Amino acid sequence: MDIVFFSVSALFLFVATIHYLLYLIYRNPLVPRVARYTLYLTFVAQVGFFATRFLKGSLPFGTNMYESLVFFSWCLVTAYLLITIKYKVPVVGAFVMPITLILTVAAALMPNKGIEEIPPALKSYWLFVHVPLSFMGDALFALAFGSGVMYLIQERQLKRKRPGAFYYRLPSLEVLDSLNYRALTVGFPLLTLGIITGSIWAQYAWGAYWQWDPKETWSLITWLIYAAVLHARLTAGWRGRKAAWFSIVGFLAVLFTFLGVNLLLSGLHSYN
Amino acid sequence: MELLIVGLSHKTAPIEIREKVSFSEQNMEEGVKALLACPHVNEGLIVSTCNRVEVYSVVPKRHRESARSEIADFLARFHQLPLDRIEPHLYYMTGDDCVRHIFRVSSSLDSMVVGEPQILGQVKDAFSCAANVQATGNILNRMLHKAFSVAKRVRTETRIATSAVSISFAAVELAKKIFGELEGKTVMLIGAGEMAELAARHLLNNGVQHIIIANRTYERAVRLAEEFRGTAVPFEELEQQMELADIVISSTGSPTVIIDRKMVRRIIKRRRNRPMFFIDIAVPRDIETAVNEVENVYAYDIDDLEGVVQTNIKTRAKEAAKAEEIVGSEVRQFTEWMRSREAFPTIVALREWSEEVRRGELAKTLKKMENISEADSKRIEAMTEAILNKILHRPITHMKRAAHDGDEGAVVETVRKIFELEE
Repeated sequence: MDIVFFSVSALFLFVATIHYLLYLIYRNPLVPRVARYTLYLTFVAQVGFFATRFLKGSLPFGTNMYESLVFFSWCLVTAYLLITIKYKVPVVGAFVMPITLILTVAAALMPNKGIEEIPPALKSYWLFVHVPLSFMGDALFALAFGSGVMYLIQERQLKRKRPGAFYYRLPSLEVLDSLNYRALTVGFPLLTLGIITGSIWAQYAWGAYWQWDPKETWSLITWLIYAAVLHARLTAGWRGRKAAWFSIVGFLAVLFTFLGVNLLLSGLHSYN
Repeated sequence: MELLIVGLSHKTAPIEIREKVSFSEQNMEEGVKALLACPHVNEGLIVSTCNRVEVYSVVPKRHRESARSEIADFLARFHQLPLDRIEPHLYYMTGDDCVRHIFRVSSSLDSMVVGEPQILGQVKDAFSCAANVQATGNILNRMLHKAFSVAKRVRTETRIATSAVSISFAAVELAKKIFGELEGKTVMLIGAGEMAELAARHLLNNGVQHIIIANRTYERAVRLAEEFRGTAVPFEELEQQMELADIVISSTGSPTVIIDRKMVRRIIKRRRNRPMFFIDIAVPRDIETAVNEVENVYAYDIDDLEGVVQTNIKTRAKEAAKAEEIVGSEVRQFTEWMRSREAFPTIVALREWSEEVRRGELAKTLKKMENISEADSKRIEAMTEAILNKILHRPITHMKRAAHDGDEGAVVETVRKIFELEE
């Protein structure tokens, strides 16, 4: 049953992503509406996916890579839907949904889709706190990344003084910069709490708060990057281009922490 | 029933003629009434703008030619002009061409500046004026409402009206792409000049709330400040004052650059990197080109703005092609509906429906009658046919006669309504 929900959500997500991309070119008012409604359906199907797996005894997140990828993509969909309540800019979807779609396709390619026993060492309520906080933080960083990329494109068009293809579609620099800032100010505390709860949990599970496991190290690197950009924004009045570049670099660190560490390096966090 | 347009526009008539045949708000109603007094005009409305005067009418097909000269006469007579003064500038359109024309006019595809937004409002006003005196009927009502929805589609589905095609509007548009909403932003005007003042005025109309004015002649700055309800500042304080401005419009007669990169670097640092937009309208230029290289600063000179405008004009032309496609498909749909309003298809529909009823009832009855001979059933069938033909004969003849006289509209409408023949 969960595989049905997964396939359906992937299908809706595909349709939504295509429409978000079409929105860059076409002005038909139906396009963003289709995108939005299929994204709602994606959200519902993903919730169905977690619900069915939960009923079969699994946790919605984090027992294997397959689940983690779907959960990350769900966080991203949720974060996007939340942020578009305030920012009515469907064009952000064109830069964020492809990431979500890639995560979902990666999930589909995972050989192990089964439901696993949670390793006894990790059976704890901290799981419910640590994992969602970390993933939600990452999702907001993805939004910051998307708005950063959009900012750089729009800024380049304005500096070059030639309105290019997306000039009319992309929002103003002010909106993009503020979206980027908002995403960081919400994402950063989430990541911080994610790291803190993770280390408390580690103390319970492994008997040490911090062991320089690759995941821990890379989380710290990510944290430092975002701490630096937020600090510069607040004290040195950093904005625009520099902030946009930093949120792109920061998100690459997020991706490495999430995927690279699991796939390339071995440590306590790499289950499979 | 036939659509007929008689009119003249910027494409066929010079301003001297257009201004003579135009209708004002005051005499429009009188004009529509006089138009309707033409013997062969069943429905009519007049669109009158500075670029066009057009009469849209519904006339009997058979009397098309006479209706045409009646309307031309009406235009001349109403404005007390000899017919041959306006005749050479008039154009005539009938049938599908009319539908296309009205859709194109409303969507601003026929305007002098394609995409200009006023025309739709003007057509709407013309329509409500005519509707108020009951000069429009079924066909014009439906067609004009359709024209409004086509215009809306064109506006939302194409970018025909979105990009600025004048320098001062291009400046406003760029400001919006940098700052988003312009509410609460401050603009600084350095020097004076028609185009600079126009740009400042557009910015104020778009939400900019405060204007600072600097001029080498302080009195001039004070005078302009009064006009714009802004603040005049001495020219010597240019740099300190500029720190407060988000948008700077410069248009002085200075032979040398007055704003250079170093100065802007200092200012932007004091502004904690809040973006600035410089618009240089002066020739020779007031602002160093390198100012554009400073981070969070965007500096456009007159040629840059002209370049943006040129790109926008090209975009509009491309978008107009898309708009024409939309209009084309809407015209096809509308003419299909028009055809269904004609007598012949209505007669066919009426026949088909009653025939269906007849057969149904006949079959029901024959099924209940056992032991009936082949001959008797034939006779009953012949009777049903005869009854139907006799009853239908009258409405059908009526419709045919009305069609012949060219005013079948009302009859067809009634028949369609009472027999519920809607598709």
